[in-house]
Amino acid sequence: MSVGLVIVSHSSQLAAGVVELAAQMARDVVLVPAGGTDDGGIGTSLEKVMSALGEADGGDGVVVLTDLGSAVMTAESALEFMGNPGNVVLADAPLVEGAVAAAVAAQSGAALAVVRKAAETALNLHGAAAGATGGAAASMEGGQSGGAPGGAVAGVAAAGGREAMGGGPGPGTAGGGAVGARSAAGSAPGPGGAAPDGAVTAVLTLINPLGLHARPAAILAGALGAMDVDIAINGADAQSVFLLMALGAGKGTKLNVTATGPDAQHAVDLVRSEVENGFGEL
Amino acid sequence: MADNGTAGTLDVAWAIDWLRRSAAVVAENRVALIELDRAIGDGDHGENLDRGFTAILAKLDEELPATPGAAFKLAALTLMSKVGGAAGPLYGTAFLRAGTAVGDAAVLDSALLVAALTAARDGVVARGKAELGDKTMIDAWTPAVDAAAAAADMGGAAGGPFAGAGGPGGAADGGAGSGSDGAFGADVGGPAAVLAAAAEAAEAGAAATDPLIAHKGRASYLGERAIGHRDPGAASSALILRAAADAAAAASPAASEAGA
Repeated sequence: MSVGLVIVSHSSQLAAGVVELAAQMARDVVLVPAGGTDDGGIGTSLEKVMSALGEADGGDGVVVLTDLGSAVMTAESALEFMGNPGNVVLADAPLVEGAVAAAVAAQSGAALAVVRKAAETALNLHGAAAGATGGAAASMEGGQSGGAPGGAVAGVAAAGGREAMGGGPGPGTAGGGAVGARSAAGSAPGPGGAAPDGAVTAVLTLINPLGLHARPAAILAGALGAMDVDIAINGADAQSVFLLMALGAGKGTKLNVTATGPDAQHAVDLVRSEVENGFGEL
Repeated sequence: MADNGTAGTLDVAWAIDWLRRSAAVVAENRVALIELDRAIGDGDHGENLDRGFTAILAKLDEELPATPGAAFKLAALTLMSKVGGAAGPLYGTAFLRAGTAVGDAAVLDSALLVAALTAARDGVVARGKAELGDKTMIDAWTPAVDAAAAAADMGGAAGGPFAGAGGPGGAADGGAGSGSDGAFGADVGGPAAVLAAAAEAAEAGAAATDPLIAHKGRASYLGERAIGHRDPGAASSALILRAAADAAAAASPAASEAGA
């Protein structure tokens, strides 16, 4: 089984359409529309939402996506009516992009929290993709990793991408630059090394033919999502399937990995192991 | 003990009467609410609420709830399912939280009534994320809750040792007690007086939304153009709380003067 999705919309046609679209990318995921009022009008219905929740729950939980204001309220009310079960969560996400991202994540077998996160970071895609194509992958705009580690991430990633430039101004950046340069020079198998502020980093090269496509992205995001870590790959939140896919990283692409938090070392080790094994696709 | 007289007794018969009176008053004011909503919203408030309360009447024809809490939950589920717009989950949550607050009590005393009104208001706040002064339902509900609490406190002071003993204890005993023992004159601090105070404050609160700029809902897009229009949700809240007071007054000859 996988996490199920419920699409709550004011319009039954819109809900059905979003389900139709998302299903194209997630054939095994249970996607249930709950759109319109009981009599087919524009609005939302608690009964429809509750019955959809029952239908969508195959045991691994349900992520609920909503369109406009009162759809959110109806969905919240449904959860309250059911006693706020822990395995049903609302995603604060754009309906279409969020549903597609969540469906892809669910299809990969990701856990409930990861599927929700996939939905909630779907819109950041544009910022991350623009950053990547502009060569400024160091930008953290696409990630949710927060402020303090972000500075270190930017420094490391920038150094990795432009290794000849070495360190930049300031002691923090200089340290990060050293780490990035070393890894990029080919010592990736060693410990990632800790930046001055405790960030664990690595620079890895994709060796599998298809690169970071949907399946590898789901493997990484699914495993990392269960860890207590803020981790970015080329500036993208590595706990988001969608953001990883959006990097468009093909074979031979260098990945700058930067992680902070209690599981940072474990997380970077996992990424290294998967990348070096070609995600089992070799 | 629940049938210890009907004076001011907020039992399931009162709760059902409240819902029926609400349906009647919403139907009666359907067009007025639509016009209020058309001025600053999307014009569906009267129609949506009317559909919801009409559905409650149909539900009550099928099965009669056994307790006030069950009646509130029936109303909650029906409004959330049938109203369609934002009023559905907002009123639905209000009734749901009120139902949870009163539990299985057969009769609500003043303390439990205030707890239910407070829980209802808190539910609307939690669901709608609105604050006092945002030109929403809250502007009727919060004054109503405050007035209800103040009215109940007056009863606690007047009721003396009996009220002191009954207040924190069981719901049913307190309610019946204040009806039979404390009913001297206009049921000071009794549930009917508490509801009358709440209704009056809700009406004043709704009227006070006229000069406000809206900060929630579709009316918030209008900025200063919302000034001069009453918030439809606050207006319907006042109608529904007045229906509660009227139902209590009808159930209580002693309190009818206070409610009138």
